[in-house]
Amino acid sequence: MTTPLSPGAAAPRPAPPRAARSRRSWTGWGFLGPFVAVFALVFLAPIGYSLYLSLFRDRLIGGNTFVGLDNYRQALGDERFWAALGRISLFLAVQVPVMLGIALLVALALDSGRLYGRDFFRVSIFLPYAVPAVVATLMWGFMYGTRFGLVGDVNDALGVSLPDPLSPGLVLASIGNIVTWEFVGYNMLIFYAALRVVPHSLYEAAQIDGAGQLRVITAIKLPAIRGALVIATIFSVIGSFQLFNEPSILQPLAPNAVTTDYTPNFYTYSLSFNGQQHNYSATVAIVMGLITMAIAYVVQLRGMRKGG
Amino acid sequence: MPKHSRRLLRGIGLVCALALGVTACGDESGGSGQKSVSQDDIRAALEKGGTLTVWAWEPTLKQVAADFEKKHPGVEVELVNAGTNNDQYTALQNAISAKKGVPDVAQIEYYAMGQYALTKQLTDLEDFGAGKLSAKFSPGPWQGVQAGTNRVHALPMDSGPMALFYNKKVFDKYGIETPTTWAEYLDAARDLHKADPKAYITADTGDAGVTTSLLWQAGSRPYTVNGTKVGIDFSDEGAKTYTDTWQKLIDEKLLAPVNPWTDDWYKALGDGTIATLATGAWMPANLVSGVKEAAGDWRVAPLPQWSADGRSSAENGGSALALPELGKNEALAYAFVEYASAGDGVATRLENGAFPATTADLQSTAFQDTAFDYFGGQKANKIFAESAANVADDWSYLPYQVYANSIFNDTVGKAYVSGTTLAEGLKSWQQASVDYGNKQGFTVAK
Repeated sequence: MTTPLSPGAAAPRPAPPRAARSRRSWTGWGFLGPFVAVFALVFLAPIGYSLYLSLFRDRLIGGNTFVGLDNYRQALGDERFWAALGRISLFLAVQVPVMLGIALLVALALDSGRLYGRDFFRVSIFLPYAVPAVVATLMWGFMYGTRFGLVGDVNDALGVSLPDPLSPGLVLASIGNIVTWEFVGYNMLIFYAALRVVPHSLYEAAQIDGAGQLRVITAIKLPAIRGALVIATIFSVIGSFQLFNEPSILQPLAPNAVTTDYTPNFYTYSLSFNGQQHNYSATVAIVMGLITMAIAYVVQLRGMRKGG
Repeated sequence: MPKHSRRLLRGIGLVCALALGVTACGDESGGSGQKSVSQDDIRAALEKGGTLTVWAWEPTLKQVAADFEKKHPGVEVELVNAGTNNDQYTALQNAISAKKGVPDVAQIEYYAMGQYALTKQLTDLEDFGAGKLSAKFSPGPWQGVQAGTNRVHALPMDSGPMALFYNKKVFDKYGIETPTTWAEYLDAARDLHKADPKAYITADTGDAGVTTSLLWQAGSRPYTVNGTKVGIDFSDEGAKTYTDTWQKLIDEKLLAPVNPWTDDWYKALGDGTIATLATGAWMPANLVSGVKEAAGDWRVAPLPQWSADGRSSAENGGSALALPELGKNEALAYAFVEYASAGDGVATRLENGAFPATTADLQSTAFQDTAFDYFGGQKANKIFAESAANVADDWSYLPYQVYANSIFNDTVGKAYVSGTTLAEGLKSWQQASVDYGNKQGFTVAK
């Protein structure tokens, strides 16, 4: 184990070996210690504790007993969990491409330099990301209201009857709309930053070769930001799997559409806070974490292979 | 450098162990084994004094605690709002599991009583002579604190005998009579909605509390609790009576799809969109503060009956004060609970707008003759008191009703938004409740 942070390691002067070695190693730990302590406390300990919890079952009658992998067996056969995962997969398959597509389009438009009021446009697209998800959802929840909300007002003003965005059939799309609104700006910024570092000489060369804008995009810009695209996709996949705020805040508005097992994260929350099934909740969270890791890894592998 | 790696590992191990210890260990069990506490013991505890921790969200307790401290110098009552209903139950259950930070007194609603009573997490108040108080309380709340057993687990603090709150202005405008049966209620719903397509007889998007209360009134007894043996059955005659009528209200779209306690709901109560509410007698304070614009429009009527000659009612809401088994200062805690629910504290709480569970107060002329300005001077307490006396017997909630209610909208809620019928919804609620009960170690039969 080398300790690059240690200033002693760089000292060329030969010194008594034993003393130097011991001082060197302690200095290193001095720098590393705070990190290791915090890392262990806030990162490893909760994971360790969840794993520990997942091996027990605490019941109202009968108390706490060790059950081995029984909770995992239950989770793998839990219809409610798989239904939630299926729901969120559908969400991911539709919402992520839409969101990233819009973000990419906006980033390319900004980067083209042909946009009037570019800075204003950039800030206003990014602004929703600065609104906390909870506030954003409350706001949208109000707009979705068919009685006193925006939808209700439109219905009254135009004498139409728009479908209720919070009905069971539409609520997933409504959540997708909120998430897209929130995160287009964030992803746009990642793409835009990546586009800014493409050397201008490439564009000039392309122009001399007679390439049009579309050709420049497909041949230069998109390949240049492939890394950013992969990163944004991974973030979005993880973000979708962790969907919690939106369903949890919309639930009081649409209790019959947003069930307590609507998304895997919301399900673990309900298990723990309504059902006192902390052990099973930890198990579901671990299983979900593993699935998320596996999918993020596959996305990364595929993305990188294309890049290489 | 294996030595360092090992040390690192040991360090991590230590930190983990510490982190685990914080949550897993910690044993500060109180709760003495002594049983049968006499009045002398209680008096002695009061003289000795001490600190009591009370977890409650009921606002009227604040004055009661202050008065109690004044009456008994040396006693300090620490009133903690650990959250309202569900939030507090979660906190209490966690404290009990951790055997740490358990309050001496806790407010528990009747529907949640079983969860604590049957798992023996509450001190048996019969040991303090609470059994003698049965005559002091009206039957609904007393059933509530027994939670399907023959012991007393808490003392009733307030109650919610049901009544029908209705907007008289809307009823008069369309010439609709106050319904006395649910069949008339259904007709009133049709007439009203026909006369004004924007108006609904009531709002309902699936509320476990209201549904169980109406089942109670209809004579359904879906839950049977005998120790850890539990029965759940929504197929009795009473349940059918309820679903038959309510299904029609749903099918004919006579219920406003407005969620209770939201801004929309308050607005709809104020502007005549929602014409009636079948709920507990604690509702007036909420109407006065939340629906100011309709002051004078609303009236109270007895809860409609399921048969023309019926006279039965049910409870909706209400809570009691209990002594968690792991709390300390049992004798002192009991003294406070008795003061607040059966002693001088009751009058203080009534002054501040609480609804009593004590028969003497319910039947007192001062209480019954109180005129409500909000209800156009109507003496509404007469109706509430009558309802309290007519609460049907033998109802019990599940020992894990808090969880069951949390999944009500996952199952029965489907009936409000899709082709599922109410009866099918109740059936899947039953199934989900059975599954949960078995997982929690109960023996549940369908």
